Amino acid sequence: MGDQLAAYGRLVAARIRSDWQYRASFALLLAAQALVSLLDLVVVVVLFHRVEALAGWSATEVALLFGLGGTAFGLADLTAGTVEHAAAHIRAGSFDQFLLRPVGPLIQLSASEFALRRLGRVLPPAAVLVVALSRAEVDWTPARATLVPVALASGTVAFSAIWVVTASAAFWTVQTQEVANSFTYGGSQLVRYPLDVLGSWLRRLATFVVPLAFVAYLPAAALLGRRPVSGGPAWLAWLAPAVSAGLALVARAVWRSAVAHYRSTGS
Amino acid sequence: MVVLDQVAKEFVVRHRAGRLRRTRQVVRAVDGLSLTVEPGSTVGLIGPNGAGKSTTVKLCTGILVPSAGQLRVAGMDPSRSRLALARRIGVVFGQRTQLWWDLPLAESFGLLRHVYRVDAGRHRANAERFTEVLDLGPFLATPVRQLSLGQRMRGELAAALLHDPELVFLDEPTVGLDLLSKDAVRAFLADLRRERGVTVVLTTHDLVDVERLCDRLLIVDRGRVLEDTTVEGLKQRHGGERTLMVDLEEERTALAVPGAELVRVEGRRQWLRFDRDAPGAAAVIAAVVAQAPVRDLAIEEPTIEEVVRRIYRER
Repeated sequence: MGDQLAAYGRLVAARIRSDWQYRASFALLLAAQALVSLLDLVVVVVLFHRVEALAGWSATEVALLFGLGGTAFGLADLTAGTVEHAAAHIRAGSFDQFLLRPVGPLIQLSASEFALRRLGRVLPPAAVLVVALSRAEVDWTPARATLVPVALASGTVAFSAIWVVTASAAFWTVQTQEVANSFTYGGSQLVRYPLDVLGSWLRRLATFVVPLAFVAYLPAAALLGRRPVSGGPAWLAWLAPAVSAGLALVARAVWRSAVAHYRSTGS
Repeated sequence: MVVLDQVAKEFVVRHRAGRLRRTRQVVRAVDGLSLTVEPGSTVGLIGPNGAGKSTTVKLCTGILVPSAGQLRVAGMDPSRSRLALARRIGVVFGQRTQLWWDLPLAESFGLLRHVYRVDAGRHRANAERFTEVLDLGPFLATPVRQLSLGQRMRGELAAALLHDPELVFLDEPTVGLDLLSKDAVRAFLADLRRERGVTVVLTTHDLVDVERLCDRLLIVDRGRVLEDTTVEGLKQRHGGERTLMVDLEEERTALAVPGAELVRVEGRRQWLRFDRDAPGAAAVIAAVVAQAPVRDLAIEEPTIEEVVRRIYRER
């Protein structure tokens, strides 16, 4: 595992050196990514210009959700999000080379497509998170302080798992990016709002089926000392690491089966 | 070193038939193929496009999972032990690069050292040796995307061998190369075998590759081994016929040469087919020159495609 991570680091560094040749376009793209990410925030600001609270959540509290969900999504997007390029490699047959080296193909794929500009999607929500944490009325205890990094790490793993599962679909049917995006980017929108605004069956879907409630909503509720409307006790948020580990195992199984279905292309 | 027993690989191809209907067709790219490669030998897979050569290489390297049959490569099941196998084999696909497109060749070598976890000293010794033998020095610092095909292929070969593999798969290593680069690649492969005892499995369309490198060759068609033979055996049985192409000074009636058969006439140009041993090229040329003034002539060897077609017809 350590070797694989070391190889990932080397490959990412190589990709950054390659991209450095095109640094002007890098700066532009980084700014564009940050801008898009900020537009999501504008939506929230405009919303709270018209209403005092959203399903009982104040602007600061929603900002906390936004920060937690957005940062976790951004980190997953930076590391695992690049697996969405699997479809292009499959079509071109260049996925072959990932299977010929003694490093896992998932690690090679995500490293070879690593794009530092995706940092533009992490920084704005991370800033929002810092501000929201300092302003929100959190009754800080050691447990709650631990919950913040735990929730961020779990959320990152959960979104990464979703990226990997949706990318795996490309091994069976080659054109799946639109469907995949509705899960990944769609999911990232969902976690930024209190699930209380959703109907009860959607809430259950987001808690038990595609457990996105564990990314931001349940941890934020626990931090703020709220009882989650979706039901269940406040300690449910602490199941986030277990839920993410489960998702990661599912993603690994799906990915392995997908790679076994790889057909390559005629040379 | 490599044992394949009744290996098959099926692909499902879906065709569009009508607006919504689709028909499903199973294509067997490899169809009950068996072969054995002894350690230290060089084996060539030849056959027409679509014969299943590349698919066989992809099965042996673990890229593809077989539909049926048993595979053992360096004592392992390739698709199950892919990562472990990757350390012990080297692979070059002539049509695709395995180098980092935007980075200098030397940096690709450095990255591969970490990917394969090769000891620094051994890596340096190998890199220096390959740089010298393949004459990589002048373009080690050039980004791979700016290399010519011949330069890149030499780089690919070095990259595939830096981790001292005991077994090397080469899929059309000389395709598209000029004669000089082809020679460089062949000389390198011959050396490699002599010096390090590396086992080589290569696919090719080029009879010269086979002649210079392979001590055994397998003729593959429609996913099966049609013939397991040697270069000499192939020549004796199927490659004995050559064609002489003659450009005459003036248009004239068909040349009549004993022992040779006139196959085509096109203006001043005529083609004669003859056996390489009897009458042999010298006798045929002498007979032609005696009959008419000749501007130019060339002897054509049968191509692999022709030989394979002939073998296929004979079955």
